[in-house]
Amino acid sequence: MDVLAVEGLKVDYRTPRGAIHAVDGASFTVGAGQVVGLVGESGCGKTTVARAVTGVYPRNASIVGGKIRFLGQDLLALDAAAYRALRWRGFAFVPQSAMNSLDPVYRVGDQLAEVLTERGGLGAADAARRASELFELVGLSPTRLVDYPHQFSGGMRQRAAIALALALNPKLVIADEPVTALDVIIQRQVLDVIRELQRRLGLSMILVTHDISVVAYVCDRVVVMYAGQVVESGSAAAVLARPFHPYTMGLNNAFPDLQSSAGLLVPIEGAPPDLAAPPGGCRFAPRCPFVQERCRAECPPLVPLAEGQSSACWRATEAETLRAKSRDPKTWLRS
Amino acid sequence: MAAIVTAQGLSKHFPVTRRLGDVLAGRRPVVRAVDGIDLAIAPGESVGLLGESGCGKTTTGRLLLKLETPSAGRIAFDGADLGTLEGEALRAFRRRAQLVFQNPYDAVNPRFTILRALAEPLINAGIDRAEHEDRIQRALARVHLPEAARFAHLYPHQLSGGQLQRVVLARALVLEPQFLVADEPVSMLDVSVRAGVLNVMREVRDTMNLAAVYISHDLALVRYVCARTLVMYLGRVVEDGPTESVVRDPQHPYTRALVKAVPVPHVDQSRDPLPISGGVPDARDPPSGCRFRDRCPRAVARCAESEPELRPRAPGHRSACHLD
Amino acid sequence: MTASSEPGAFLPKAERRGLGRILADVLAKPARDPFALAGLSIYLVFVLVALFADQFATHDPLQILFQPNGRLARNLPPGETYWLGTTHSGRDIYSQLVYGARAALIVGVTAAMVVVAIGTLIGLLSGYFGGWVDAVLMRVADTALSIPFLPFVIVLTAFLKPSVWNVVLAVAILLWPNTARVIRSQVLTIRERGYVEAARVTGAGHGRILFVHVAPNILPLSFLYGSIAIGWAILTEAAVSFLGFGDPRTVSWGYMLQDAFTSQALSRGSWHWFVPPGLCIVVVVVAGFFLTRGYEEVLFPKLRD
Ligand SMILES: Nc1ncnc2c1ncn2[C@@H]1O[C@H](COP(=O)(O)OP(=O)(O)OP(=O)(O)O)[C@@H](O)[C@H]1O
Ligand SMILES: Nc1ncnc2c1ncn2[C@@H]1O[C@H](COP(=O)(O)OP(=O)(O)OP(=O)(O)O)[C@@H](O)[C@H]1O
Ligand code: SF4
Ligand SMILES: [Mg+2]
Ligand SMILES: [Mg+2]
Repeated sequence: MDVLAVEGLKVDYRTPRGAIHAVDGASFTVGAGQVVGLVGESGCGKTTVARAVTGVYPRNASIVGGKIRFLGQDLLALDAAAYRALRWRGFAFVPQSAMNSLDPVYRVGDQLAEVLTERGGLGAADAARRASELFELVGLSPTRLVDYPHQFSGGMRQRAAIALALALNPKLVIADEPVTALDVIIQRQVLDVIRELQRRLGLSMILVTHDISVVAYVCDRVVVMYAGQVVESGSAAAVLARPFHPYTMGLNNAFPDLQSSAGLLVPIEGAPPDLAAPPGGCRFAPRCPFVQERCRAECPPLVPLAEGQSSACWRATEAETLRAKSRDPKTWLRS
Repeated sequence: MAAIVTAQGLSKHFPVTRRLGDVLAGRRPVVRAVDGIDLAIAPGESVGLLGESGCGKTTTGRLLLKLETPSAGRIAFDGADLGTLEGEALRAFRRRAQLVFQNPYDAVNPRFTILRALAEPLINAGIDRAEHEDRIQRALARVHLPEAARFAHLYPHQLSGGQLQRVVLARALVLEPQFLVADEPVSMLDVSVRAGVLNVMREVRDTMNLAAVYISHDLALVRYVCARTLVMYLGRVVEDGPTESVVRDPQHPYTRALVKAVPVPHVDQSRDPLPISGGVPDARDPPSGCRFRDRCPRAVARCAESEPELRPRAPGHRSACHLD
Repeated sequence: MTASSEPGAFLPKAERRGLGRILADVLAKPARDPFALAGLSIYLVFVLVALFADQFATHDPLQILFQPNGRLARNLPPGETYWLGTTHSGRDIYSQLVYGARAALIVGVTAAMVVVAIGTLIGLLSGYFGGWVDAVLMRVADTALSIPFLPFVIVLTAFLKPSVWNVVLAVAILLWPNTARVIRSQVLTIRERGYVEAARVTGAGHGRILFVHVAPNILPLSFLYGSIAIGWAILTEAAVSFLGFGDPRTVSWGYMLQDAFTSQALSRGSWHWFVPPGLCIVVVVVAGFFLTRGYEEVLFPKLRD
């Protein structure tokens, strides 16, 4: 059974200018032991999805539609107490600025111990043992438990935040941009910790990022979002090599690749739509080089296309041809 | 070809807050942001400055533009010593050397229209009003924002990040400089629009015969724009060579780790453990000898004793390591 | 549309400077914020009354009036001829109130202008140049701040001839440091902004950076402190006059209150005499507060939601 199944999730933010439909019908699943990458442009709703799953979101946010099933259980039907019981033990969250989310006035070890004793009901001695274990798990020396957060480097703080999330053995960890602010070497070390955890603990994970190289390095599956909707999902290998959605094709062209020779990078001209008043049809239509009449009129649904791969594009059946065209930089030029 | 920018023994030490112990011992601790680097940039050459956060890239860029005063060392621009430039000579330098910023929204005065922002350098340089329109249009065309009339009267917040960063680039180019420092020009931009700005930088490099220093922590981006790359570590240059050979055949153990750590957008890639561990040490108190030695997988006794100098390894390719 | 086909549209508006835009911001605000709108309306009425005091007043405020039967028109209740009645010495209260607005306006606006001008200039120089310039200026500011307000005004008035200008001078001397400090801290952050560095890189001199790039971005703040100073100055003038250190030839609201007080208007229950000037002072000071509140949201957007 899938650890997590999100179906048609809709999240609005109330603002003085009216509602922002930050997530507008997102569906995806996370299988047991899978690391799923959630990618997309800034503002496309990645953090909003992650927060909706954890049930911790800003006061002006509300879930206006859809279902979130965690191990078959409908999370949105749970009351606050039941939700709280699942947090830490069922799933845990590493927030976007996790590096700065540790409390600066308490020792890192004490913050870990607090979760272990308060939430996990462990005794002081067990908590101390478990804290050392967790630190070792994420590649930190247990001797550093007595340090304050400011004595840690960025990468160490990020690892400590992951250790905190792992405290009560959750089935699912949701990490929002865990490596974005880190230098490549440190980023690589943290990503290796994540791979190791997945291998040793069979951990499932949602990894929010905007970097498809990070997805390629650690993720089994990838969910591509655009303007509040999922436009493509599937195994990381398939989506990166054989995208069905023009946005994913565009992303591939825009990304530098150190392995291959330095070919031309091609931008996707334009900007994502205003989520307060999104276009009626396909949300990518204003930037899409393959747009047709129908795209502007109707919103394409997310449909399964190949083994485990889905895409939301009216022209998905022509993907072969479009992929070939998408490799030509001229395709993406705006007149 | 004679270099347009050269630096010798360039250093910048920033004083840091003294702790009680420092005061008692009479120490004046400093951060050695830049600690003795030599470089020469030829006209029309794009040089990438690569390294981890805090290694001194920004400081180096600012020193080269005379926005900081070096603690030691000398910079020459077109033969003239930057340290002694004043008055009219300094103004002339300011017309010829420009900067592109990391955050476009911070780099343009929010109260100025795009047109006004672009006219600013021309006004400062005392260029005849009659020429402004023409020059501004040329600069906007260079960065592929040719619909000048559409942008001219907008304010910065009305542009997307990618558009605004091109405006910032246009502002730097409007005086037709010979030297440009770009400090992480795309790191704040979304991936889908980065490529547009990078392409403009490449075109400018080719069409304007501009010497440029491109600062980034991302080797893949440096490689896209620069023919040559300098790798910095804790205020020192540890490797200097043609970008392709730095990528394919890195010489310094640090560069090797760096190249290896860059993920690529394919599923099949090396996931071997990195040869180094840990993070960059405190720049206040770098290790003796080779600064990289405490993380270096190959360090030997000599590394703690003396600091390695840049030595030639291959044509045009140098690195600062005692071994090999 | 290309620029070359429309050269006229391309350049002329270049001169729409920062200042014009700030003014536009300042004027656009009240339309949206009810507090600012109320404040601005009150100020507007008050300024109109002050400017056209001669038209609004029904009598000379200092003239001693007589009734048709030849008796002194003293202590009359509100009526048709004397809308708010008359004072103990037979002067028209309504006309005094109208002229009091003029005195308040002169004191308030000049004091505010002086405070803003000195405070802004010193704040700018101090924040921008830093170092010893900053150290010296801020020491002076600290000294000015440590002087107790009312006693200083009274001493000043006692030394110079009683005049409304004393109040202006005192308010200016004592209030600029507040403005200067706030402006300075704002300049410290603006100085670090990329566009200021950009101006430096493109060859702008100190003067240009200071007045073209930094100053326009702090002017709204000066404006804010100016509107606070108006209220302060009016209040101070009233207090000084009430204590009897005012200029006896200038009719101000404070002077009216003092006159009413010494003539036992309170015990006689002549509310029509002392309530109107008191109310006017309160209303004008509150209007300043409303304006400040309204613009604070523009300046520090975090206050919203
Ligand atoms: N508290 C909020 N109130 C109103 N709008 C919000 C709020 N939080 C987010 N938004 C808006 O909702 C949209 C989605 O935001 P979200 O943070 O989920 O994006 P994201 O994909 O995580 O972006 P990033 O990569 O920048 O973190 C954006 O348009 C954002 O401006
Ligand atoms: N004005 C300053 N005062 C004191 N220390 C400074 C100052 N500017 C930089 N430093 C220090 O100098 C070192 C080098 O900083 P610099 O900004 O040049 O690094 P960088 O390579 O550009 O890093 P990043 O990738 O994070 O931008 C850092 O340790 C930094 O803390
Ligand atoms: S549905 Fe149409 S507009 Fe949308 S991505 Fe597919 S082709 Fe482009
Ligand atoms: Mg986010
Ligand atoms: Mg930097």
